Amino acid sequence: MAIKKFAVACYNDEEVLFPAVKKVRHSGFKLHDVYTPFPVHGLDHALGLKETDLHVAGFIYGITGTATAVGFMSWIFTSDWPINFGGKPHWSLPAFIPITFELTVLFAAVGMVLTFCYLNQIMPGVKKHVFHPRQSDDLFVVALEISDANEQEAINFLKTTGAVETSVQIAESEWWYGRFDKEEPYEKYTTVNG
Amino acid sequence: MNERFEIPARLRNTSLALIIIGILALVIGGVTLLGSSDHFEQTRFWIVLLHNSVFFLLMSVACIFIQAAASLAQGAWIVAYKRVPEAIGANVWVFGLITIIILFAIAFGFKIDGHNPIYHWVTPGNDEILKGKSSFLNPGMFVGFTVVTIALWAFVGRKFRAISIAQESAPKNSTKNYWLMFKWSAAFLFIYALTQMSTTPWMWIMSIDAHWYSTMFSWYTFGSAFVSGMSLILLWVVYLKNQGHMEIVSKEHVHDLGKFMFAFSIFWTYTWFAQYMLIWYSNIPEETTYFVIRQHGPYAMIWYATFIINFCMPILILMSRPSKRNYFTVSFMAMTIIFGHWLDFYIMTMPGPLKEHWHLSWYELGIFAGFAGVMMFSVARMLTKSSLVPSNHPLLKEAILHQS
Repeated sequence: MAIKKFAVACYNDEEVLFPAVKKVRHSGFKLHDVYTPFPVHGLDHALGLKETDLHVAGFIYGITGTATAVGFMSWIFTSDWPINFGGKPHWSLPAFIPITFELTVLFAAVGMVLTFCYLNQIMPGVKKHVFHPRQSDDLFVVALEISDANEQEAINFLKTTGAVETSVQIAESEWWYGRFDKEEPYEKYTTVNG
Repeated sequence: MNERFEIPARLRNTSLALIIIGILALVIGGVTLLGSSDHFEQTRFWIVLLHNSVFFLLMSVACIFIQAAASLAQGAWIVAYKRVPEAIGANVWVFGLITIIILFAIAFGFKIDGHNPIYHWVTPGNDEILKGKSSFLNPGMFVGFTVVTIALWAFVGRKFRAISIAQESAPKNSTKNYWLMFKWSAAFLFIYALTQMSTTPWMWIMSIDAHWYSTMFSWYTFGSAFVSGMSLILLWVVYLKNQGHMEIVSKEHVHDLGKFMFAFSIFWTYTWFAQYMLIWYSNIPEETTYFVIRQHGPYAMIWYATFIINFCMPILILMSRPSKRNYFTVSFMAMTIIFGHWLDFYIMTMPGPLKEHWHLSWYELGIFAGFAGVMMFSVARMLTKSSLVPSNHPLLKEAILHQS
């Protein structure tokens, strides 16, 4: 939870966005994040983002599901409530396989969705500052973290990268719990510098 | 860019040596096995030939199928190395011819005491079950079906390659051949669905255990053939890259092939287990005999080995992204998978006629080596006949830029 100052640049095309992101990374300004209306192929490479360990988490969730299913069914059918099904042995592994498979998939899927939400800080009720209302419509938004000292320098720099709109905003940089009707209006934070 | 492939001396010598090993095994086998008085040894001579020829044929036909599937999906990823599946597919006639000879020799030239020990339905005698199946399992149907099926496969395999080569001399940006290929692909999927995916494995393999039947069997065989075919393509791609060709093929393309090997190993396991579990659960004696000899009898070792090689190894080794992008790991896994599915075909064919008198020794491995040699030599010869890069293909640029 920290209120920070941001220099925000908006681009109307991804052809402009890619060189701009490259320039920002070379400029030394601290890049907060980039917001795009749709998933842009290759942007993660341009931003230098590392691959997450989401798939490792998925593997662990899956193995947990397998262990849960096999363990639970083994316990039920051998000691808790053993029933004779058509003369089969109590511990009949082939009969457990479909349920084991389903539970593996279920654990992996649900676990990965929740982990994905956690990593991206998205959840029902979790709110984040919106830098531009059109960032989910047709604008590509780049936000830099700045201080009072380099504010003007950052704005001038962003204008050279082909931004169609720039602004300085003081905003919460992390997420918070809230309701949509309780959020501060977008204009309150914004001071448009030309 | 080095687009023309010439057979290196080492490949030629290796493949010819393998073919000679195969011929030696065939000749020695013909003398010692076929000439012996033991009926099981005589049967072993033929069933091993059947096992290998059908396995190599179905593996090659799977390479025609992947071209058709990719062409209909308009997938660009395969275009970067499409000469490899084309060369394998155009060679289907070689294995088709071998298979026809062996199948007909077994069905009509092999009898012990008036009975055919491999295809019991050729001489049904007073067997009511075989008589009931005789509208499908009879010699006339077998001949007609086998000839038509193999002829169609061989024809489409050569047709796909011919269309692709014709595109090289077509005007720039011409899409006529592209859409022609599209139509032929749709036709081939229809043919493939009616042959490999349903009737062919029933007729050639499942009819060895003529009393037993499973509707899952063809899907299961298709899984085996397809994953082996993808592994074969991958081995050729990696080999050609090692020889300094195929510069447009990158880790991204190899990653895609690795994904196919991974995914279809799981698909194979799914069909393998689905077939097994229903029979295990219903526990009807006439159905379970098929699995009793394989799982609990003398074949138990191979039965569990196929499961470990074809499921446990791919799922654990090929699961992570870096391993699918490592040339060594994927080539190693491709060889393992081909061997594993060869074992899988082994356990489909051997237990019926050989019972507990099975061997996995010089004859089996010698014949396998011979077929591998034929595969290496004939595909390499086909690859030399045209440029390795389909330079005029409409999707080539997309294929080069492909990211998996």
